[in-house]
Amino acid sequence: MVAVGCEQVWQEISNYLEGEVDPTLRSALEDHLGQCRRCTAVLEGTRNVVEIYGDERLFQVPMGYSWRLKRRLAAEANAGRRTVLGWLAATAAIALVSGTALLENRKGIPALRSEHAQPGHHVPQNLEVLVNTHGKLFHIPGCPFMSQQDGTRSMVASEAMKEGYVPCVRCLGEYVSQVARFLAKRARVSV
Amino acid sequence: MLMALDGANTAGRAVPEPDSKEQALIRRVQNGEHDKFYELVKPYERRVYTAAFSVLRNVADAEEVAQEAILKAFANLRQFRSESRFSTWLIQIAVNEARMRRRKDHPEIMEPIGEYTDEEGTYTPRDFADWREIPSEALERNEIRKLLLEALASLGAKYREVFVMRDIQHLSIEEVADSLGISQASVKTRLLRARLMLRDLLAPRINQRWFSRVPFEKGTKPW
Repeated sequence: MVAVGCEQVWQEISNYLEGEVDPTLRSALEDHLGQCRRCTAVLEGTRNVVEIYGDERLFQVPMGYSWRLKRRLAAEANAGRRTVLGWLAATAAIALVSGTALLENRKGIPALRSEHAQPGHHVPQNLEVLVNTHGKLFHIPGCPFMSQQDGTRSMVASEAMKEGYVPCVRCLGEYVSQVARFLAKRARVSV
Repeated sequence: MLMALDGANTAGRAVPEPDSKEQALIRRVQNGEHDKFYELVKPYERRVYTAAFSVLRNVADAEEVAQEAILKAFANLRQFRSESRFSTWLIQIAVNEARMRRRKDHPEIMEPIGEYTDEEGTYTPRDFADWREIPSEALERNEIRKLLLEALASLGAKYREVFVMRDIQHLSIEEVADSLGISQASVKTRLLRARLMLRDLLAPRINQRWFSRVPFEKGTKPW
């Protein structure tokens, strides 16, 4: 039977948790741990560290990160293939969209689902959002304040606003301020 | 006692081999289907962000560097050879970009001597009473999350980078070694020390905080 001391146990704690010690050493470590309160506390504490930091909820990416990345990549991919024809097509598309928006405006502002709410402003039109069938708000995916009771649908912000949904002040507020901070920082860096 | 030792392998994680779907996607992007690039990087966007964060410790900088790293990967994808994993290659770019950013933005910060060299000295963990298991709901509490992130930020860069890649991103020891350009033995040494240091930092504070307060005061709401 191999005997190990506290110092050797501390050296092997990580390998032990990873399951990377051979059976003889493992047995010796467990024998020691069975008798040593301090080493057991070190093992349990280290295991807690691994488990708690491994939980995905701890380390979340900033709200809207995927959307901003996707948009930047799309811009980069398109930058290479812009030609005069491309610019003409883009101009035509913008004119078409503006015309449609103008017509929509003439029809009036869509009726809001909440009579006390204000319609959303400064929300990116193509932002992917979630709504509840019987809810009044639209949310960024992952918003902790979104009700889970109703059926959830995914759509872009412009569609949600057309259907009378209004932005969730919590997740959209945080999102808009994050984007603002991000853009302000970029502007400072480029200056 | 032995009950507490059951599941000693919980930290060992299988790492999937790169699939042929990913290889096919890489070839399609290399052959000009640029709009497929996001599909290729989507599974790794969180890893790229956390890799940048592990170096920079700042949310806005980490996001910006993560974007720059992914754009750089996009621009250089033709040079990617399938000898290494795509994910490892991507994270290498993110770590390098983040280190360059740190040097550029904070030239005044000097790395401690030996920051990127290895040491064999033994780390002696502090003698605390048992750290009781933390209920999973504890992570919903901002103060606990803040405490965990502060403890992580207080580690030296070489320990933090290894710990984040292995225990937060769940990369294999081999992938961490490849991403950081160090040996697997160094990864293991740094990982051990990072875990023990975090245990020493957190054990006395988390027990006290978790058990000394009720979640909400009477009559107040959580929002």
